[in-house]
This record gives sequence, structure tokens and C-alpha cells, in this order.
Amino acid sequence: MTAEVVIRFENVRKAFGKKVVLDGLNLDVHRGETLCVMGPSGTGKSVTLRHIIGLLQPDSGRVFVEGRDMRTIARKDLIDLRKRMGYLWQDGALINWLSAGENVALPLRENTDLPDAEIRRRVIERLDLVHLPDVYDKMPPELSGGMRKRVSLARALVTDPEIVLYDEPNTGLDPEISMSINLLIRELARKLNITSVVVTHLVSCIRVIANRVVLLDAGSIVLDAPPEEFVASEHPRVKRFLRPPHD
Amino acid sequence: MKRIASSFLEFVRQTGEQLDLFWQVVRRLHHSWRRRAMIADQMYVGGIKVLHVVLLVGFSMGMVVSLQTGIELSRIGQQDQIGLIVAVSMAREMGPFITATILSAAVGSALAAEVGTMAVSEELSALEVMSIDATSYLVLPRLIALAVLCPTLTVLCDTIGIIGGGLVARSQLGVGLELYFDSAIDALQTPGVLIPIPKDVYIGLLKSFVFGIVIAIISCSAGMRTRGGALGVGNATRAAVRDSIILVIILNYFMTWAFYQQN
Repeated sequence: MTAEVVIRFENVRKAFGKKVVLDGLNLDVHRGETLCVMGPSGTGKSVTLRHIIGLLQPDSGRVFVEGRDMRTIARKDLIDLRKRMGYLWQDGALINWLSAGENVALPLRENTDLPDAEIRRRVIERLDLVHLPDVYDKMPPELSGGMRKRVSLARALVTDPEIVLYDEPNTGLDPEISMSINLLIRELARKLNITSVVVTHLVSCIRVIANRVVLLDAGSIVLDAPPEEFVASEHPRVKRFLRPPHD
Repeated sequence: MKRIASSFLEFVRQTGEQLDLFWQVVRRLHHSWRRRAMIADQMYVGGIKVLHVVLLVGFSMGMVVSLQTGIELSRIGQQDQIGLIVAVSMAREMGPFITATILSAAVGSALAAEVGTMAVSEELSALEVMSIDATSYLVLPRLIALAVLCPTLTVLCDTIGIIGGGLVARSQLGVGLELYFDSAIDALQTPGVLIPIPKDVYIGLLKSFVFGIVIAIISCSAGMRTRGGALGVGNATRAAVRDSIILVIILNYFMTWAFYQQN
């Protein structure tokens, strides 16, 4: 792929106490592509996403997003950069005292001067996009896990981000809703040319949405390949991850 | 020795975080108008829910002060002074302290639990990722609400305490209500040096204002530091109430010393 590199990890190392989570990670993500990050639990998939959004800083090495070094970026530039990014949290991370609609409206209310009517129009549009037309006034505890995740997705998309990071978008969802989220991620990436990084455990997810898949293990990349090649790989670590032995 | 040193360092770090959080709120005071709806919500939630507790405890404390002091005063034939003593006790010490303690336990704990739950469920990180300033969005409205609520509830606590004391003075000590209230009102007439309202009243309100800020900062800070799920939320809540009450007691002493040492 020759498209511009939007996200770059250069020899990134990150440890929490004695546990090394990322160990010399090198990774490029190109504009408009959907990269899926797979790997066993605790191998640094979510930590990778948190480096991209600037919630974590590497112990050594560098992370660049849109050409900005995330370790030295000025606070104001980081805030501006984050306004161009969306993040889907594993459990939704909806603000509990706001209705679903107000959760989606939150980044617009806080970061723009748009009038209420325009904010409401955009929120309803995004809720329609995630197939939740009737939840505007529902409170988070009234929503199912899948609905909360889709509201969170609507919130991540309401600012028209150029980069969206998805942390386990299918976890805890039934196969039908899981597939509808996969199709939605693919539709958004194609329609809006969004650059996406998706952390997932599911082969069904990468088959639908990925342009590229990487397997992370022990803090570095074991395999970086297109989804068909990844699934068919004879690499022993990939085989063990995708088709674990029964005995 | 190592444990003492590490506890001391942790205490210094927490104090630094709390002072920094307070300074960050001060720098965002100009956001107050934009946050008016949230401030009103917080005042409603914090004020209405504890109003009956403040009134009940204030009334009871006024009665207790009146009865205990009145019994001793009547031995020397000075029970006419009971209004003065109840009014001064309530306005200077009891009202601000009772209100602050109730707010620490009822509102501060809820606040620490609410913000702590947000921290462990990644809602605070979500705000950060959306470029939403958590200090302005979460802490500022709660601090302003408590800084206004605490003096307001203190006035009500003082008033109901004085009324409770009057009822006891009349029924138990044989002091007429008119005499009692004249004595109470006279006691609160000492003019203030700084502002033209009675000194005992404004110092009591100043104390309450400071206590409200202390409770908000300690509770929000404890909530924002929360790690480790439900257990962490429980720990943060306990720490918020404990630290707020301790600091209220310490500050109460130093403010009393600062304003009354020459009397």
C-alpha cells in the first residue's frame, strides 16, 4: 500500500512495573485502511490503542499520529488532534447521568458552537447510522450491552473523525449484533474514508472489516498480512492462536 | 521507617494533587455561567437531599446546648443569658461544623463514589479522549454548588438551632421566648470589621464557604484517583469522608484562632 502513513510506531517499548507489554513494536497504519490487531489477552492490544490516542506514553521509542510525535506534542495540539479522532471503548464508557442522545451530543456541545437544533439533527443522524433510531431519551442503564456499544460508536463518529480506534467492538455481543457492528465499521470506513485500528479476538470480524491484520504476541508483531493470508497462515504462533489444540 | 516515609510521601503527593486541582478550578471560574445548569442540578441534589438532616441535627444540637448550658447557668441565676450562648455557639461553631460534617458524609461520599465509578469505568478517559476538560465539566460545578450550599445550609442550621434552644429554654428553664430571642439577636449584633454584617455571622459563613470548597476538592480528587474497580470506589469514598472531616476540624480551629484570638 502506498497511501500516506497516518500512525507510526517506532521501536515502542512499554512496561507496567516488571511486565513488559510492548517490546520494540514497529507498525505503520495508512490513510483509509482498516487494521485489525489480534493477539492473546495481555499482549498489549489496548495499550497500543492508548498510545495512539495519547492516554499512554512509551517508555522508549516513538509514536507518530498525523506526523506528530505523541510524546512531545503540545497539550493544545493534542486536544486538536483528538478532536479528529474517535474511540470506541470496550464497555461503551457512556456518561451514566446523560441520556443516550446527550452522550452522543456531548463532544459537539463541549467543543463546538453549533446551535442546539443542529446538534440534535446530527445526533439523530448518527444514531440512525448505528441502527438505533429510538433511543435518544433512554438512559444508559436502560440499554443492552450491544446498544450501549452502538451509542458509544455513534458518539465516536459524531464529530466526523478521520481516525477511529475500536477496542473490542464485538465483545459480549450476540453473533447477529456482532455482525451488524462489523458491517457498520466496514460501511463507515468505505463511505467516509476513515482510518481504523480495531482490536479484536474474532476471525469473523477480521474477515469482514480488515484490510490488514497483525498478530501481537509478547509485545511485538508475529505476523502482518492481509486477512485471507492471515487466516490461512501456517505460522505456528498464528495457528496456535486461531486454532488452539483441544488437548 | 520505610513505611512511614512512604506514607508521608503519599500524603505530600495527594496534598499536592488537591492543591493543583483547586488551582485548576480557580483558573476555570469563568466557565461558571456555561455550567450553570449543572451547578443548579448539583445544588438541588446536594441541598434538597440533606436539608432535612441538617434541620433535624441543627434543631437537636440547639436544644442540647440550651439544656446543658442552661442547667449550669440557672445554678448561678444567669439563665437569662441562654439566648446569647446558644446563638453564639450555633453561629460561630456548631452551625458550620454540623453542616460541613453532614455534607462530607452525605454529599462528599456520593461525589467521590460518582467520580470514582467514572474513573474505573473509563468514563474519565473517555472525556479526555473527547477533548472534554474534566475539571471544568465535573469538578467546577460540584465545587461551586458546595461552596454555595454549605453557607446556605449553615444559615438554616443556625436558625433552627436557635429556635430549638428557645423551645428548651422556655419549657425546661422557664426563660420567656421574647427574652431568649432578644438576647440571641443582641449577641449577634457585634459589627464586623471587614464587612457591615455581624462578625459572628460572617465568620461562620466564611468558615462554611471554605468547608464547602474543601469537601468538594477532597471528594473529587479522591474520585479521580480511584483505581481497581468496586473496591477502589469504596476506598475512595471512605478516604474522601475521613479526610474531609479531619481537614474541616483542623481548619475550623485555625480559622477560629485567626478571627477570635484577640477577643
